[in-house]
Amino acid sequence: MGCIYALAAVGLALIWGLMEIVNFAHGDFLMLAMYTTFWLWALYRIDPLFSLPVAVMVVFGLGVLTYRGIIKRVLNAPMVAQIFATFGLGLALRSGAQFLWTPNYRMIQNPLAGGVMSFFGVAMGVPQVVAGVVAIILTVALYLYISRSETGRALMATSEDRETAELMAIDTHRMFTVGWGIGSACVGAAGALLSMYYYIYPEVGLMFGLLAYVAVALGGFGSIQGALLAALVIGVVQVTSSFFLSPAYKMAFVYLLYLVVVIARPRGLLGRW
Amino acid sequence: MTVTSLLKAHWPLVLLIVGLLIFPLAVREPFPVHLMTMVFMWSTLGMGWNLLGGYAGQVSLGHAVYFGLGAYVPALLLVKAGVVPWVGMIAGAVVACLVAFLLGWPLFRLYGHYFSIATICLCEVVWILFTNWDWAGGARGLFLPIKGTSLLYMQFSQKTGYYYLSLLILVCCFLVVRHVSTSRLGYYFRAIKGDPDAALALGINITRFKIVALVLSALFASICGCFYANYVLYIDPDSTLVFHISCLMCLIPVLGGLGTLVGPIIGAAILVPLSEFTRVYFSGAGRAVDLLIYGTLIVILAVLQPTGLVGLVERFRVRTAKQCAGGWVEKNG
Repeated sequence: MGCIYALAAVGLALIWGLMEIVNFAHGDFLMLAMYTTFWLWALYRIDPLFSLPVAVMVVFGLGVLTYRGIIKRVLNAPMVAQIFATFGLGLALRSGAQFLWTPNYRMIQNPLAGGVMSFFGVAMGVPQVVAGVVAIILTVALYLYISRSETGRALMATSEDRETAELMAIDTHRMFTVGWGIGSACVGAAGALLSMYYYIYPEVGLMFGLLAYVAVALGGFGSIQGALLAALVIGVVQVTSSFFLSPAYKMAFVYLLYLVVVIARPRGLLGRW
Repeated sequence: MTVTSLLKAHWPLVLLIVGLLIFPLAVREPFPVHLMTMVFMWSTLGMGWNLLGGYAGQVSLGHAVYFGLGAYVPALLLVKAGVVPWVGMIAGAVVACLVAFLLGWPLFRLYGHYFSIATICLCEVVWILFTNWDWAGGARGLFLPIKGTSLLYMQFSQKTGYYYLSLLILVCCFLVVRHVSTSRLGYYFRAIKGDPDAALALGINITRFKIVALVLSALFASICGCFYANYVLYIDPDSTLVFHISCLMCLIPVLGGLGTLVGPIIGAAILVPLSEFTRVYFSGAGRAVDLLIYGTLIVILAVLQPTGLVGLVERFRVRTAKQCAGGWVEKNG
C-alpha cells in the first residue's frame, strides 16, 4: 500500500516542486487511470499489468492538457485561485465519471496476478505484492530519469530557480508541461496498479488524492525523497493502526501523525528549511 | 438629519432592506424562500471564513469543523438533555471558539500549504470521530425532535421564520465584520496577510491576532451550524463535517472577492442558486450532472477571474479611471 502512495505522492511532489501548485485533481487522475484499466479489462480482457502503459499514456495526456488549458492561466494567480481551478477540475472529473459510468463499485476479477502467497509465514495478497514491486521499480526508474537524463536535469533546474533556468536556455513552459505529464503519469501508474485489487468507483480518488497531498506535505514540499519516505511511513502507520486498534480509525492516525510531525517540524520531514 | 434626507442619501440601502423584509411575504412559494435562506447562511459562513482567509490571509480548508461543532453541540444538548437551542447555540459557539483557540497555538506555527493541509487533517479526524461515535448518532446521524412552531425551540413550520432568522444572523455578522474591517484589528489582519515579517517587525503579535481571526470565524461558523441543524432537523457527519463544506465556505469569498466586505455575499448569491438550480434541474437519476456543471464553472471562474468578482468591478473602475487620467494628460500635456 505504501508503495502505491509513494508513486502517487512522488507525482504530486514533482508538480509542486516545479511550480508550487498543488493539484487537487490528483486523486481523480488516479480514478481515471483505474477506469481505463477496468474498461480495457472489461471490454478486451487485457490484464491491468499490460494495460498499465495505456493508462499511463492517458493520464500523461490529461496532465499535459490540464497544464495547457488551465494551470498556465493561473500560474501567477493567488493560491486560492489555483486551489479552486484544480479542485473544480477534480469535481468535474469525478462527477463526469459518475455520469458516464454510474456510481457503482466495480472490480477486476481474476487478474493475472491473483491469489494469496505466504512470505515467511505472513499471508499476503499476490496483487498487492506485485503492485508494490512494480511501484518500487517505477519510482526508482523515475528517480534515475530525473537525476540522470537531460530533460530530468532541466526539470530540476527549473524547479530550483525558474529565471536562471530560462537564462540557461531551458524552455520553462515546456518543462512545466513535461512535469505535469510525468507527475500525472506517476499517479496513472499508481491507479493502474491499484485497480488490480481495489474497488473502482468515481469517488475513489478522494481518499488517495488527500493522502498523496498529506504525504507530500509530511515529507516536506519540494523534496521528492521526503514524499517517498512519508508515503511509506503513512502506509506502515495505516496498516499497524488498523491491525492493533480498529480499521475505522486508521485514517485518523495518519492525519494525527501529520499534525504531530508538522507541529514539531513545520517544514515536514525533509523539507527545505 | 431628517428622515427624508436620510432616505435620499441612502435610498438603495433602504430599498434593499425593505425588499428583503417583504420578500417572503410577497413570494409565497417555498423554494425561493429556501434559496434566499441558504444564500444568507452561506454568506455568513463565507464572511466568517473571509475574516481568517481573506483579511488575515490564512487559507483554512477545514472550517467545517466549527460548522459541525456548532451543529452537533446544540443538537446533542437538545436530544440528550432537552436544552433549548438558543442556549445550545451559545454552548456550541463556546465549544467551537475554545477548540479554535486551543488549536490556534500549534496550527499557526505553520505557513501556506502546511497550514491548509493541517486544517484538512483536523477536519477529517473530527469527521472520523463523529462517524464512529455511537452516542452522538454515529454515521446514522441525529434527528432533532419536532416541536412545532416555537420561537423558543428555534423551529418554524413555515420557511418564513427561518428566512428572518438567517437574515438576522447575516446582518449581525455583517455589522461585526464591518466594524472589524475598519478597526485596528482589521488593519492588523491585513498587515499580517500583506507581509508577516514586516508586521512582526512593527510589533504586531502575529500569532495572537491570527488566533483572534480564527476564533471570530469559528464563532460565525458555529452559529450557522446551529441554524442549519434547526433548519434541516437532521444532522450527520457527512452533511456537516466533510471537506466539501469547508471548500464551499472558502470558495464563496474567493469567488466574490477575498478580503472584501460584500465579496462573500456576492459569492453566495451566485454560487448557492447555481448549485441549487443545477441540483434541481440536472440531478435526476443520480448521474451527478449538476456537480459536473458546477465543477466546470468553478474551473472557468478560477481561470478567468482569479481575483474574484469584486476584482472585476475594480478592474473596470481602474480602467475608467485610467481613461479619465489619459484624457486629462492628453488635454493638459
